[in-house]
Amino acid sequence: MKSLKAQQSKLSNSTYELEVLEANTPTGFEETAFSQKLRGINLYPLKPTQIEILQINMGKMCNQVCKHCHVDAGPDRKEIMTQDVMQHCLDVIRQHDVKTVDLTGGAPEMNPNFRWFVTEIRKISQSVNIIVRCNLTIIVANPKYNDLPEFFKEHQIEVVSSLPYFTANKTDSQRGDGVFDKSIRALEMLNAVGYGVEGSGLTLNLVYNPSGAFMPAAQDALELEFKKRLKNGYNLVFNSLYTITNLPISRFLDYLINSGNYEAYMEKLISAFNPVAAANVMCRNTISVGWDGYLFDCDFNQMLDLKVAAEGSQHIADWNQAALTNREIIVKQHCYGCTAGAGSSCGGATS
Amino acid sequence: MKTYYNPEDLKKFGKIGDFQKPLADKFFDYYGEVFKEGALTAREKSLIALAVAHAIQCPYCIDAYTTDTMEKGCDEEQMMEAVHVAAAIRGGASLVHATQMMNKANELSM
Ligand code: SF4
Ligand code: SF4
Repeated sequence: MKSLKAQQSKLSNSTYELEVLEANTPTGFEETAFSQKLRGINLYPLKPTQIEILQINMGKMCNQVCKHCHVDAGPDRKEIMTQDVMQHCLDVIRQHDVKTVDLTGGAPEMNPNFRWFVTEIRKISQSVNIIVRCNLTIIVANPKYNDLPEFFKEHQIEVVSSLPYFTANKTDSQRGDGVFDKSIRALEMLNAVGYGVEGSGLTLNLVYNPSGAFMPAAQDALELEFKKRLKNGYNLVFNSLYTITNLPISRFLDYLINSGNYEAYMEKLISAFNPVAAANVMCRNTISVGWDGYLFDCDFNQMLDLKVAAEGSQHIADWNQAALTNREIIVKQHCYGCTAGAGSSCGGATS
Repeated sequence: MKTYYNPEDLKKFGKIGDFQKPLADKFFDYYGEVFKEGALTAREKSLIALAVAHAIQCPYCIDAYTTDTMEKGCDEEQMMEAVHVAAAIRGGASLVHATQMMNKANELSM
């Protein structure tokens, strides 16, 4: 499987993606612009609360090509963050009170400067929470990555990893053949150094997202089920399960359209709008940095190329805390994915 | 094409309250209460509903509870096992009546 970009798909063009989302409102839901919905609960324009999390997308390169990927990542993507942009990120982390640095991709570990960057962030502060969104299979993809669990431990990293299900068929249908078995091996290696093990202080959280056009299960109930099945079947442990809703952009949008599920899925997201989840959307306390240093309200807006509406502060090199804190967050129809049901964010359910 | 069953009608279920609202209200209150997390989990109840939907062969319920079980985190193996439970009970219900046939046959036979 190739990325949409390599396939030269129309959906790899963010302008076209936004047009599709705007133009194809399900019948009976024509009056439901997301901004209107927010206005109805006095949340429009949507403003940040404070900037606590810096989510850094280190590049679109990945060893996997998952069917739902909102980044359109894959081995054929070469866009990765340079050391120069990382240096600007370090300056921001040092100068502003960033509480959490969340490293994502692609597979962030494939960036040749990944280890240097993590080490430098840790040098700035012992207490800053550093998250690495590790896809698991990278750990076993090549011998040079086999010591990642040790590296994570040494730098007190919180590991957040996707595992869409506790069986092979559902995991592999979303993430590729053989991914489940490799993920299990990687989880064993993480457990072996203490990740997810009670009392170790090393956090390993898993992420569930539905393998198809349906909503995620209740987070608590599914966490219990995952814990039971992974313990009994594979003797594996982890800390928390985050349930995430698939947002209708990029490869998941392509899947929705090609499978004829687009309209019903949007209807579902819109009907399940939850005002509490809307008040807690992650863009209110996060800034997302793209591989080229541009700033966005979240990783989804990044993929839609909707740069922050903060004049003079659209790039990490021009960081202006006041302008960013006072900006208006850009919302579009894809935002319904964050506010449906129990809500969805990079940290799971929000209500 | 005209057909008795239209998937779009499932969405109109709530509209049964347009006629005899008090009865519909009572039904939907009860329905909501039944499917709440209780001595059984919401997930277990959803799998039971899926099995019953197949036993009563209601296309609306099969549609609704296929989605619902998936949204409760069940996978195809679990869903199919639930349907087999329904099938086993239905098959068993036919077969157990064979005892009546046997009784009668024995009664009539030398
Ligand atoms: S979902 Fe994650 S692991 Fe899968 S292709 Fe995208 S970035 Fe890679
Ligand atoms: S998609 Fe991004 S901008 Fe929209 S609500 Fe979600 S986090 Fe906020």
